[in-house]
Amino acid sequence: MRRSLPLWAEVALMPLINIVAAFLISGLVVLFIGESPLEALRLMMLGALGSAEGLAFTLYYTTNFIFTGLSVTLAYRAGLFNIGAEGQAYLGGLGAALVCLTFPNWPAFLLLPMAMIGAGLFGALWGMIPGWLLAKRGSHIVITTIMFNWIATSLMSYLLVNVLRAPGSMQPESPAFSKAALMPSLDGFLNVLGLRLSNSPLNASFLLALLAALYVWLLIWHTRLGYEIRTLGANPGAADYAGVPTTKIIIITMGLSGLMAAGLSLNEVLGVQHRLLLDFTSGYGFVGIAVALMGRAHPFGVVCAALLFGMLYQGGSELAFDQPKITRDMIVVIQGLVVLFAGALEGLWRKPLLASFNLLSPKSAQSGPER
Amino acid sequence: MQSAIEFVGINKFFGSVHANCDIHLNVATGSIHGIVGENGAGKSTLMSILYGYYEATSGTIRINGHNARITSPSAAIQLGIGMVHQHFMLIETFTVLENILLGAEGGYLLAKGRKDMRAKLRHFGERYGLIVDPDARIADLGVGMRQRVEILKALMRGANILILDEPTAVLTPDEADGLFIMLRRLRDEGKTILIITHKLREIMDLTDHVSVMRHGRMVGQFLTAQTSMDELAKAMVGRKIDLNSQKSPARPGPVMLDVRDLVVRDAKGTIRVDHVSLTLHAGEIVGLAGVAGNGQSELLQALAGMRAIESGSLILEDEVQNIYHINPRQMRRAGLMHVPEDRHHHGLVMNFDACESAILGFHHDETYGRGLLDRSAVKSALAIEMETYDIRPRNPRLSTKSFSGGNQQKIVLSREIEREPKILLIGQPTRGVDVGAIEFIHNRLLKLRDEGKAILLVSVELDEIIALSDRILVMCDGKITGERGGLDPDIKDLGLLMGGVDEKVA
Repeated sequence: MRRSLPLWAEVALMPLINIVAAFLISGLVVLFIGESPLEALRLMMLGALGSAEGLAFTLYYTTNFIFTGLSVTLAYRAGLFNIGAEGQAYLGGLGAALVCLTFPNWPAFLLLPMAMIGAGLFGALWGMIPGWLLAKRGSHIVITTIMFNWIATSLMSYLLVNVLRAPGSMQPESPAFSKAALMPSLDGFLNVLGLRLSNSPLNASFLLALLAALYVWLLIWHTRLGYEIRTLGANPGAADYAGVPTTKIIIITMGLSGLMAAGLSLNEVLGVQHRLLLDFTSGYGFVGIAVALMGRAHPFGVVCAALLFGMLYQGGSELAFDQPKITRDMIVVIQGLVVLFAGALEGLWRKPLLASFNLLSPKSAQSGPER
Repeated sequence: MQSAIEFVGINKFFGSVHANCDIHLNVATGSIHGIVGENGAGKSTLMSILYGYYEATSGTIRINGHNARITSPSAAIQLGIGMVHQHFMLIETFTVLENILLGAEGGYLLAKGRKDMRAKLRHFGERYGLIVDPDARIADLGVGMRQRVEILKALMRGANILILDEPTAVLTPDEADGLFIMLRRLRDEGKTILIITHKLREIMDLTDHVSVMRHGRMVGQFLTAQTSMDELAKAMVGRKIDLNSQKSPARPGPVMLDVRDLVVRDAKGTIRVDHVSLTLHAGEIVGLAGVAGNGQSELLQALAGMRAIESGSLILEDEVQNIYHINPRQMRRAGLMHVPEDRHHHGLVMNFDACESAILGFHHDETYGRGLLDRSAVKSALAIEMETYDIRPRNPRLSTKSFSGGNQQKIVLSREIEREPKILLIGQPTRGVDVGAIEFIHNRLLKLRDEGKAILLVSVELDEIIALSDRILVMCDGKITGERGGLDPDIKDLGLLMGGVDEKVA
């Protein structure tokens, strides 16, 4: 008798079933409103993938989710639940903006990397402080990271209203950055591939996000730091026994987690807005938690889950646009259901699935008696 | 005599693994029946079938002469079967009474149920000598008391048949004696008791009948009074094994570890190691005996660099260590390896691949790659040890938790021993390990000693200490209460030292 699902079912079939379940229930809601669920699904898919522009928007959203999903994943591997990706990304934006506004005359090859480093440093720092508080003072990481989100919000409101606001402007936003600070667009690249695009929000941050996923994968499974992070997360007692410097590892991991979150600001601040805006993070940091859960805290899974959420975001906006009866809130419901099934009710189908596996192949010898 | 339980032709398959093979067993009403066998012999599977966790693939169970279909633990409880698990299932923040009441509250309001249960508890207490304070919180109780609460829980649900799975694994010798007195009394009152254990001495002490399992089969049934430990051990492993390894006299070399006036406090500030001094020579095994919880664990961990030392001095070979700045990594580099007492909480990471667990603490070694971790080197390192240590199944990529206790212990042992330690600290080397593996581990340690390694052994099994040690130190309440030679020590004398009484001085 099987005690656990085969790997392919665990990593592919289970998420698929969860998504289908979420869509089925969403379909019922759409039906209840008086629209056709199949038509809604068609419009969503078309909106997300049906045109070059739709695809570009989907990948632009995906970029945000990859960064925040990786942020949550990295901390999760060390047994830390980082709820603070939102605030870390927010501070990352501040870091980038400070560099861009202080050195407006620097050329692109200098300004852009420095802005990225500024974003990374600020994001990392905003993650390291809760890490330090946990390692040295024992403060619970969930509580501190949530509180640091609020501190970030207040700090940014203050700065944008009182310090960074463009002279004479009524908007709580910074002046526009110099052209040198623009994250290169991918439009030209995609045009070569035959997709006609201009002014899409998709930029080089997407490639950085994929690189970041590769980096996190290498870090977790192929470095000694990753080994120590995983040991700490899986068995703190064993980490003690092995001489893993726990305090150091916690602070480093939270720093790296904040660094990943700061990637969001590269996409939003340097890639699209070219200025610092109030609330530019708009909840991507929190969705990152769902992305990490659905992606099984594995970088590859995170990229897949981020793509799904990217499609939901983009397809959802198109759907709301085409079907006036289905509002933006409806999209939030669908996203909520995906989070519910993929995250919170993640184990819902495991038992029935396991039972059906055993029913279909009673002779399959997977594991002997463990007791 | 009537049978409380009859197993008739029980078979159980897990996939293609034949875990229980045509088991026939009669357990007489009002007797204590022991089941012994190595890890993986199928004892726990059989008991799980009886308690309704698994259903047998074929075969019949009769309870008190009637055919029974036991599909779930609640069905088992209905039939008067109770189980006391190795790991207790109690809620720490609840009182004894609340824990016993759980699942038998008797209505929406608790007042009446509480009152009835309190009366019932008093009655049971008097009848069986199972006295507990119903208002004590579980968190404040010792292990022995907690076990008593578990037994009471089963009895309160009307159990006439009690299954105990390795009940003494977590108990001190005193507590174990208390448990045995209790169990005998329950038997005399007509209860039937099935006990699973590794420990042959307990079987001889306690049971009326004993059944031996090996590789899923019932290989022997004995009247305890007419058998011997050697006969049982032979039946268990299928060959004759020597329970008292004949150690040759040690040839001690230079001092490898010199500890003076070591003081260690726990997190609450209580002194756990109280001015302990000891020396450890190359080529000898020093056994640290004592009832569990008398500071041996803390001493071992402090020497391994896992615990802060308050004061004292520590010399490794010729090098004076700064006691305020030692850590496990530094101790390993100095040649001091450590097999921790608890492989679950310290020695292994259960969710890691076995080969990843097998480099724990040594993951900085260059053998495993410069820069990046070379996963194939990690894998092949364990593959080699799997041959020498006969670790099964031979798959280094299998997750650590899917190995049996004995094989997990071998993973830890191979990791620490095969790195040419100068000093080896080893805690409970054979806890939860089957007889065959015990023999292997003991021989390996003796060989290591003859190669000139210095070994400090901590064990709560006095037999093990005596079988291996060249010198025996006894700890009680954080202090070393005495030292005895390792050849034929007087067990009564050691027992007194464990209780803090030194006869030779007094």
